[in-house]
Amino acid sequence: MARDVRLLAEPFNPGQFVGPFTNAHPGLGGVCTFVGEVRGGEGQDAGVEALELLHYPPMTLPGMEALADEALARFDLMGILIIHRTGVMRVGEPIVLVSAAARHRRGAIDAVDFTMDHLKSDSWFWKRERRGGQWHWIEPREQDHADIARWG
Amino acid sequence: MSVRIVFLGKLADLAGVAERDLPAPLDWQGLLDAVPGPLGEAVRSERTRIAVNGALLADKSALSAGEGDEVALLPPVSGG
Repeated sequence: MARDVRLLAEPFNPGQFVGPFTNAHPGLGGVCTFVGEVRGGEGQDAGVEALELLHYPPMTLPGMEALADEALARFDLMGILIIHRTGVMRVGEPIVLVSAAARHRRGAIDAVDFTMDHLKSDSWFWKRERRGGQWHWIEPREQDHADIARWG
Repeated sequence: MSVRIVFLGKLADLAGVAERDLPAPLDWQGLLDAVPGPLGEAVRSERTRIAVNGALLADKSALSAGEGDEVALLPPVSGG
């Protein structure tokens, strides 16, 4: 199981995926996992009632699979797991899960960082949030572009 | 038969629909003629990409879609 890439339309429990992913790679030296959740509560995120992620089926999953292949080719990995939600989510729900297994930690950590930067600003998703009953599209941030530029 | 246009993200709001059919064949000028106003400006934006049948065009002004093709209009993404 070198590559496991999925789009999910329903809420998921990250542990349900990370456990089997880890077990599928006996002999690994480390697993690095990042889980992104719908942020809420404070500052500019106050008042967010829901988040919606839209995708384009002919391109979104194929693009994620190509990204997983790129991470496998670039870093010294045993396997990579990418799970991304679509649809409407509430504050606190997981949006994205990236997990990488490797013989040595550096490959796993860097692969997750690389994959997250590319999911944020170079994958076929469109995000909007609802505040006060109104939906607003979320534009990519400058920081997202700066993050992805680190990988050359 | 016709060309299916798919509006992604905020372009669907500007278009008022998620999909629309235009007569084939369809080139860049034909597409622009069909999307006046703010939607047209968004389609012209250099940050909006175009894909035909799931394949991204390097140069959207080279658009050349035929019967049964699906043309996706892709505004800037925001995932994760």
